[in-house]
Amino acid sequence: MAKFLFVTICTVANLFAFLPVIHGNNFETKATQFFSSGHTNNWAVLVCTSRFWFNYRHVANVLSVYRSVKRLGIPDSHIVLMLADDMACNHRNPKPATVFSHKNMELNVYGDDVEVDYRGYEVTVENFLRVLTGRLPPSTPRSKRLLSDDRSNILIYLTGHGGNGFLKFQDSEEISNVELADAFEQMWQKRRYNELLFIIDTCQGASMYERFYSPNIMALASSQVGEDSLSHQPDLAIGVHLMDRYTFYLLEFLEDIHPASQANMNDLFKVCPKSQCVSTPGHRTDLFLRDPGSVLITDFFGSVRKVEITREAINLTNPTELPQDLTSLRNELKSEALFYVDQLPVADIIHQKPKQKDWHPPDGFILGLWSLILLVFFKTYGIKHLKHIF
Amino acid sequence: MATRHLFIELQTLNRRAKLKIIFAKFQCLCIIPALVGVDKKTCIQFCLCTFQEEMVIRPLYSGDIYASFQFRTQWDTDFLHDGKKVSHYRLFPKSLGQVLSKFSVRELHISFTQGYWRTMQWGQPFIPSPPGAELWVWFHHTVTDVDGNWKELTNVLSGIFCASLNFIDSTNTVEPSASFKPLGLGNATDHRFLRYATLPREIVCTENLTPWKKLLPCGSKAGLAVLMKSEKLFHSSFHSQAVHIRPVCKDWQCTSTAWELRQTLNVVFDLYTSGQGKKEWSLFKMFSRTLTEACPLASSSKIYVDVTDNPGGELFDLSPSSPLISTAVVLGDRRTYSVYDLTKKETFGQLRSLNLLLRWKGENDMLRPPLHAERYVSGFGLQKGEIHTCLYNSHPYRAYPVLLLDSLPWYLRLYVHTLTVTSKTRENKPSYIHYQPSKDRLRPHLLEMLVQLPPHSVTEVTVQFERALLKWTEYTPDPNHGFYIGSSVISALVPSIVAMDTNSTRDRPLFSSFFPTKEESSYFMRVYTEPLLVNLPTPDFSMPYNVICLTCTVVAVGYGSFYNLLTRTFQVDEPSAPLAKRLANIIRRLRGVPLL
Repeated sequence: MAKFLFVTICTVANLFAFLPVIHGNNFETKATQFFSSGHTNNWAVLVCTSRFWFNYRHVANVLSVYRSVKRLGIPDSHIVLMLADDMACNHRNPKPATVFSHKNMELNVYGDDVEVDYRGYEVTVENFLRVLTGRLPPSTPRSKRLLSDDRSNILIYLTGHGGNGFLKFQDSEEISNVELADAFEQMWQKRRYNELLFIIDTCQGASMYERFYSPNIMALASSQVGEDSLSHQPDLAIGVHLMDRYTFYLLEFLEDIHPASQANMNDLFKVCPKSQCVSTPGHRTDLFLRDPGSVLITDFFGSVRKVEITREAINLTNPTELPQDLTSLRNELKSEALFYVDQLPVADIIHQKPKQKDWHPPDGFILGLWSLILLVFFKTYGIKHLKHIF
Repeated sequence: MATRHLFIELQTLNRRAKLKIIFAKFQCLCIIPALVGVDKKTCIQFCLCTFQEEMVIRPLYSGDIYASFQFRTQWDTDFLHDGKKVSHYRLFPKSLGQVLSKFSVRELHISFTQGYWRTMQWGQPFIPSPPGAELWVWFHHTVTDVDGNWKELTNVLSGIFCASLNFIDSTNTVEPSASFKPLGLGNATDHRFLRYATLPREIVCTENLTPWKKLLPCGSKAGLAVLMKSEKLFHSSFHSQAVHIRPVCKDWQCTSTAWELRQTLNVVFDLYTSGQGKKEWSLFKMFSRTLTEACPLASSSKIYVDVTDNPGGELFDLSPSSPLISTAVVLGDRRTYSVYDLTKKETFGQLRSLNLLLRWKGENDMLRPPLHAERYVSGFGLQKGEIHTCLYNSHPYRAYPVLLLDSLPWYLRLYVHTLTVTSKTRENKPSYIHYQPSKDRLRPHLLEMLVQLPPHSVTEVTVQFERALLKWTEYTPDPNHGFYIGSSVISALVPSIVAMDTNSTRDRPLFSSFFPTKEESSYFMRVYTEPLLVNLPTPDFSMPYNVICLTCTVVAVGYGSFYNLLTRTFQVDEPSAPLAKRLANIIRRLRGVPLL
């Protein structure tokens, strides 16, 4: 992809070289801006919000997008995968450690090297918004953070059960479209994305992107307000529906994309027309600055690797010598032999002294009680007894 | 150019990885400076770690088969030595090394288990583990804030192993006062530096196996780790993977310490689900792979098959047969093993792949395990209950002590005055009891007891409890499933059948050297009971919505009507005339005659 860009830029530059020099620079910068996207890294946040075995298809949806995104180059360290329930190793799964997307068990989207960052009860609205805005507690590990910057293109994919203006998380809480729009605005204010592609596959999904107001967001949904997104096909051996229609056809479309593909967003908008999906997929591009026809699919689903070729030579330094004192330490032997601890020292345990508790100052209740006792005492007997006490 | 880098074919990666591995191995050879001509000092810095891998296959009496993998990396360095920053990692994984030095960890034991170990059908495991996730850590005695280090350590480990270990907090962490003594070297055993937590609800799946495999020096590309395919490993009755890090003796003199990292994976394949009912097992049937080579970085790579009950070949057939037979004292018994050395080329035979085949011919009975434990909840309703823990000592004449550790969450309010320990219908007074009561939403119950089990008896420990009502937000999204209570841990010194070897520095197979032995007549063992599932009184979560609807309806209908009656004025309204009358009125108006 970078090669193609380079060639195009070269030809364009050559073309404009014939024009007067004064205009040459202007056109060149405009041309490069027109063709390039300006992002240097790619991130993906893939969320499945449904719990319970009969929502198997939502997990399969997310895992198929995860698989495509990994195949097109985004590494696990740049993918935040949130699965609200475990379907692969669920006791109801007749084939453990697999999640299938096609009936007759053709395609296992779970794979052999999946890394789920948030799973089970960790998938909550709060955690999702914290991941997006970056306001996580300091002890959160790197794999659970979205460490994007202002040159990142982020793909956000949500699936689950939704309604007009909300998306249900784990059957117990909801996120509304206003909250989501505000989260994206926070991301814009903190410059956490360059461009954002938001895909949602739920019932009445178009209501979720109605309220967006931050720039550089493109949104796709599987159904309009008032319509339901339908599931694709059940598998009789597993007993549940395996995928939703929109994501099934999206997966079919993405399987044809390879990292050097030139397919653009207009092709993505045509995925799953009403004849296949029964619902009408929608999209929103008014907040996006570039023309969707010039945005490549791999700008969001693939990963950019910037390679700089240099002809300079770099001198490698000599490996550091071991400091002298450490080698001498290694030579010196500790005189006493070490030994393993007795695992169940019965005699020691029986005669164990009670653990010394750390002294805490008396809490409010005890202080209050004692002050009450003293107050009553001195009220009854008079203050003159004070000198006898102290 | 850049795009092509994305398409790294598997074959080229294998070749490149193999080249890297061979180069790394070659680096190790430079400990002999004459061959390579490199400075001896820099060589010593590089080559102080060894890696061993082994697998034990034990056919079980019920027709199932038990496979236990152990990968051991020993590294002669000192993370906690002041002034030296460890920066060169070769076989020891860097992610774990940095965790150890940052949090001043002396010992770390973490295990992820799916399924429950059935002691009565399968015997004793080599490395016991409770269902779910278990983590216990000994910190170094220089740590000032143990709780802070513990909290950060659990978060870091949850990122490394892709598990929800961040749910470990003060409500499920305990500080045992006598159990879980350090398994490594050392003499300071102040239990203030020990923390133990268990998450019985934790699911184990491929996303936990993937980072575990990445910690191995050869990954899953060469050696015994090639057999670890998740589709077969999770289609089993029992699957447990663990990481154990502890300081061990560097050499036979035991004057200095080295770090040992053991990664263990225990799996029991079921006769009917994986075996299709046929009592015939092979590596290909179990793992859908065969072995073609040992890990080039391993100093020893062996497979042990337990043939103790098959001296004349009358119980099962083992092919290809191996000339190497070794015996080892493990779990108090002397067992005979057929050894396959993967570092030797002739083990793989003509086909250059090793596929062990075990075909059963006869039946046999199992020796009863000396210690077995069960736990269950009795009672009815959602208010009260009683926890029973039964400990079975099946030794005919020896009594031995066991240490029972129970950690119960705060929402089971224990009535400790109802705690009874009975053996053979007589009261059995424990010689040591440590009880720490719970604090609501802060701390769980901790009960530790040292009980002497009489020979050939059942000891029952019972305690009554009451269930608490949680706050609305503390319920999980699926509260009607129930709440899991972690397993009880029973640590015991069980009398052994043969004399145990107390010399800890002799070269022994890995599976027999996990627990250190101090005396010859008994060996140390840990048994875990089942986790419990209790239902707490669950409110109807739609009630706030119902209440709001009902109240608003009542207010609107009742008060609204009353308000209207008081404040509205009423006027008589002329009913509209029928059509004929209206037409007649129009004609009359036109004529100027008075209206009807």
